[in-house]
Amino acid sequence: MDRLAITPPEALAPAIGHLAVVGLSVAYRGVPVLSDVTWSAPASGLTAIVGPNGAGKSTLIKAILGLVPSTGRVTIGGRSVDAMRDATAYVPQRATVDWDFPATALDVVLQGMVREPGWFRGYGRARRERALALLDRVGLADLASRQIGQMSGGQQQRVFLARGLARNAAILFLDEPLAGVDAASERIILDVFDTLDRDGRLVVCVHHDLGTVSERFADVLVLNKTVIAAGPVALAFTPQNLARAYGVPLTV
Amino acid sequence: MAEFWIVDFVPLLAASLSALACALVGNLLILTRRAMAADALSHAVVPGVVVAVAITGLSGSIVVLAGGLAAAFAASGLVAFLIRAGRVEPGTALGVVFTTFFAFGILVLEWTGLSRTGFDIHHVVTGYLEGLIWVSRDPGGTAGFFQSLMDLPQVVFELALVLVLVAAILAAFRKEFALLAFDPVFARASGLPVGLLEAALLTATALACTAAFKSVGVVLAVAMIVCPAATARLLTTRLSHQMALSAAIALATVFAGYAAAVFGPRLFGSALALNAAGTIGAMAGLALAATAALRARG
Repeated sequence: MDRLAITPPEALAPAIGHLAVVGLSVAYRGVPVLSDVTWSAPASGLTAIVGPNGAGKSTLIKAILGLVPSTGRVTIGGRSVDAMRDATAYVPQRATVDWDFPATALDVVLQGMVREPGWFRGYGRARRERALALLDRVGLADLASRQIGQMSGGQQQRVFLARGLARNAAILFLDEPLAGVDAASERIILDVFDTLDRDGRLVVCVHHDLGTVSERFADVLVLNKTVIAAGPVALAFTPQNLARAYGVPLTV
Repeated sequence: MAEFWIVDFVPLLAASLSALACALVGNLLILTRRAMAADALSHAVVPGVVVAVAITGLSGSIVVLAGGLAAAFAASGLVAFLIRAGRVEPGTALGVVFTTFFAFGILVLEWTGLSRTGFDIHHVVTGYLEGLIWVSRDPGGTAGFFQSLMDLPQVVFELALVLVLVAAILAAFRKEFALLAFDPVFARASGLPVGLLEAALLTATALACTAAFKSVGVVLAVAMIVCPAATARLLTTRLSHQMALSAAIALATVFAGYAAAVFGPRLFGSALALNAAGTIGAMAGLALAATAALRARG
């Protein structure tokens, strides 16, 4: 892939192959957070990761992306994640950053292109326009020059989504993108998901709301420190599997 | 006027150069809530410089800067090791390492007898701006302007070099540093070489601290890293504006502080002058306090 080329937001997802996790374990100070996670992700489409609090959902995303120390193997198309870095995009939880930071919505979206221009250079006009187009896509074109701390939670979440989109990645990992957002933001985010789905990208999304899994996602990974079940929602998202993950009977 | 060029010009120039270098790196340290780390680093460079000078017997710019850099990397490596391997709380690790380094530096100063030559411990702490005199600018001098430039104290060239290096490092990685300060996890997930960037920022900070401590002192270095950037932070919501504003505030406090040192005591009928690094540092603190107070009211 040509690093210097400025890809339009709607560029097609390159065929990069399949995401596979084999025997992934994470421990924090000797306490296991994830143990022996083996998961073969679908080629594309929308996948939800669900599980109780402390199940290691966010940690799984971070471990896949190499952001926390882990043992085991993660490959994309048979190659290491480090080698396939530009096939991935990460949209972290909103609460992980300080929104008082002196930056505008446009500044944050541009961060998704941070490695494109190279050292010494600024982002340049073409990338600014691309970032503006991405803000438009999440319904925030009017707020491009607003300080990020002066936006609502839902708007901040959409800025983060636009920054993730700016990486033009084939696989997007999102950590609770729908947590605590208003109805308008939720509609826009789900709309973007549908576009990503149609583009043939893979969206892996930590999701907290079990009630909406079936209508919004095609695949699911039910997690509680290890894989309880994975596969198409119709097969894997069953009351039995959820009861095993949550430890209590649940109806969905 | 001749007196200004001989007595006041070089101290003002030296204080301005080091204030600018410190204020610029301060912006990034403030945003990542690492003002205390800057404080620690400014003390931790002292033993590096002292040991480097004691071993080589030279006190040229390169020796001084290399010594400071080495100590800065050793100290931050030790802090990281204590946090990771010893599970020491970060604030404690920082406090332990920098006091130990600073104390060791003072011991070496005493042992080697360097403290009796050019490295007075008071100057290390509070600076010795008043000692920077531009001899050949005296009115009876016959030296031409360019020739007399060569007579400027070595520290001026050292500080100018450091300012250029610091500004170059910050400019080269400006968008990377901004992302690293805002969201280091996303930076790593995007494939930025986070470790290298951290090392570059540490280098810039250590250079600014090292250059500062010989002439303007550790106190002024800390004040200039923290105060102008923190003041600018209150006044704007754009990072580029904050950087520019912090530079302007740094310069303004240098001139105001220096004037206070020279003229302040005369207002009270004293012929003495105050320590300029002290008044500049106090001025920077006052500017921050006043800005915060105005904002709290408005």
